[in-house]
Amino acid sequence: MTPVLGAALVALGALALYAVFGGADFGGGVWDLLASGPRRDAQRDAISNAIGPVWESNHVWLIFALVTLFTCFPPAFADVMTYLNAPLTLALVGVVLRGAAFVFRNHASDAVTLARSWTLVFGAASIVAPFFLGDAAGALATGHYAWTSPFALSVGVFAVTLCAQVAAVFLLRETEDAALREDFRRRAIRATLAVWVAGLIPMLLAHQAEPEFYAALTGAAARIAIAIALLLGVVVMLLVARRRDGLARAAVGAEALAVLAGWFGAQFPALVPGRWTLESAASSPAMLEAFLIAAACGAVVLIPSLVLLFAVFKRGAGSAASESATGELH
Amino acid sequence: MDHVIAARAQMGTSLAFHIVFAALGVGLPLLVVIAEGLWLRTKKRAYYDLARTWSKGMAILFAVGAVSGTILSFELGLLWPTFMKYAGGVIGLPFSLEGFAFFIEAIFIGLYLYGWERLSPKAHWLSGVPIVISGAVSAGFVTMANAWMNMPTGFRLENGKVVDVHPIAAMLSPPWLVEVLHTTIAAYVVTGFGAAAVCAYALLRRSAEDRREQVRAGLTIAMIVAAIAIPLQWIVGDVIARFDADNEPAKFASLEALFKTQRNAPITIGGIVTGDGVRYGIVIPSGLSLLVAFDPNAEVKGLDRIPENERPPVAAVHYSFDTMVGSASLLLLVAIAWTIAALRKRTLPRWLLVGIAVCGPVSVLAMEAGWFVTEFGRQPWIARGLLRTADAVTIAPGLDVQFYGFSLVYVILAATCWWLLRRVGNKPRGGERTNVARSRT
Repeated sequence: MTPVLGAALVALGALALYAVFGGADFGGGVWDLLASGPRRDAQRDAISNAIGPVWESNHVWLIFALVTLFTCFPPAFADVMTYLNAPLTLALVGVVLRGAAFVFRNHASDAVTLARSWTLVFGAASIVAPFFLGDAAGALATGHYAWTSPFALSVGVFAVTLCAQVAAVFLLRETEDAALREDFRRRAIRATLAVWVAGLIPMLLAHQAEPEFYAALTGAAARIAIAIALLLGVVVMLLVARRRDGLARAAVGAEALAVLAGWFGAQFPALVPGRWTLESAASSPAMLEAFLIAAACGAVVLIPSLVLLFAVFKRGAGSAASESATGELH
Repeated sequence: MDHVIAARAQMGTSLAFHIVFAALGVGLPLLVVIAEGLWLRTKKRAYYDLARTWSKGMAILFAVGAVSGTILSFELGLLWPTFMKYAGGVIGLPFSLEGFAFFIEAIFIGLYLYGWERLSPKAHWLSGVPIVISGAVSAGFVTMANAWMNMPTGFRLENGKVVDVHPIAAMLSPPWLVEVLHTTIAAYVVTGFGAAAVCAYALLRRSAEDRREQVRAGLTIAMIVAAIAIPLQWIVGDVIARFDADNEPAKFASLEALFKTQRNAPITIGGIVTGDGVRYGIVIPSGLSLLVAFDPNAEVKGLDRIPENERPPVAAVHYSFDTMVGSASLLLLVAIAWTIAALRKRTLPRWLLVGIAVCGPVSVLAMEAGWFVTEFGRQPWIARGLLRTADAVTIAPGLDVQFYGFSLVYVILAATCWWLLRRVGNKPRGGERTNVARSRT
């Protein structure tokens, strides 16, 4: 494997992990906004408890992807940041307000008006961020940065529904309250249906308006990943309906990864189709090697730490998590 | 608003905002870990309550620090794509390493904040230690990138292309060590004085009479950190000034407002900076030559040696420098007074409590002013000698709207943060309801 490919894999890996874990946190915000019914407050508690200990480290995947891109592929990074300035700025505002609002509303919990306002901001920002990140991804994938095109916008919508689906399925294992779990199960099923629809629209729009990208999507590399994603979409639905929540969690994560693999596969080896390839945008070999060595050393510290975090907070159902959030607010 | 000015205003506002939260994010974990460690050792309730109160503040401050830091990492590309195109492949290494350090910080802050009831007391205390280390380390890595901007090294330019890149050499550009020390120590100065100021204010106002022991313990821990950090900061500051005199003459001449290269160069404090000199400043004859070379006859380079289109905005650099040094002088005096009082085991007199309370905002002022010195002092370059700030800016439109938008976000975040932190401080432990969303809807 060449250093260029290695660096690309690190960047794509970081983006993919952000899509799954960061995406689940955004989806949690979506369900927080849509919380309803007799267990509305309990739904929000479960969401807060699930996101609380992990959202900051999940968020770092985004920073890490960004840093990897500007270290290893600086001219492409500069190009994307220039021409997708508007959607990325809007996504950034969403990312920032989401994080701040989440913490603010949790710490203002007995100041009703303030907590309610920040809860609203938390939910709204959790839609804005993935929408514009998805939109930017769609605009990038076609190679002409048309972020207001129907295709790019439809990818944004798809990204939001995907986040909501991942979150709803993840939340099934975050509570021991059976009624609450059924609330999330209904949401997981609806979200999966929404993902099926919202996933088809960009395909249809690409078929009409982006013939080159459509051809790439149906090319050998992307085709397999997309077929797997479609299959997993059905599998998730079956697992959720049959209450196999642990397996559903794995399947929905794999589904999101397959969607990203489809995108990356369609583009490969272009970084921005028609403008930058991995090779043409790559930093000097010395930089790439230094980066890969740093990444390997970093992983030695990072991976056990992440395992520890998830082992403490994400083992078993939600009882433990609710305890801990109570603790933090004492 | 002018395009370049709008970009600089946005970047400057973002940095000025973030640096406060970043500094507290580096320093507060140390205070919390000390307090919790003292609790483990002595089993005194006051230390435990103190650690819990500080850790709640840390939760809010760290989150705002994380999101405002995200703004900066985006703005590098959104505002300065041309800079990143050249610099990314040279100075990306410390940024990448900082990414890992930030990861460790975020992971262990999750464990620490949410682990009070889930981990054994010892394990919980241990989970705080990586936050202390990775916080300092990540501040160090980011500062290395800034050091490179002051003295870009580790590459060659050939026909406008960056070649012959040595990532390690770039990471360790000449000013790296002094800058890293100065920035990291600043974080402990600000956190120490900041936390001490809050405690001193509470004692003065008698607003926490039921928690007197806790507040006194907080004051002592915070002042110990501050009183160790501030003299070290003076020593490093002195080294950095000498370094600048030799290696960054434009910045040095600007911060001292020295227009003419001369022997027996004076120190000028304050005054009104005009196009070619300073009027009405306090002048210490030969002071600068003495400070720089320990020799009143030594020649010090002035701005006349710098081409006119490569000079920083002298007034901004000079006033920022005087503000930093003046503020730091007050911090040092108060730290000395506190140390004497503490060693004599005296009850702190009222005037000293007032002094400590004032030092909170003054320490922030010192840090901001120091940051202004190095940033204004590097202008008109974004990477000195390599790329001008005006040439690095994006061609994307609408920067003025972005500037106003982000400024508004900062005002809202700061106001909410302030309000929440006051509640954290004002509320004794225990009386709080426990679940997150119960009364939210």
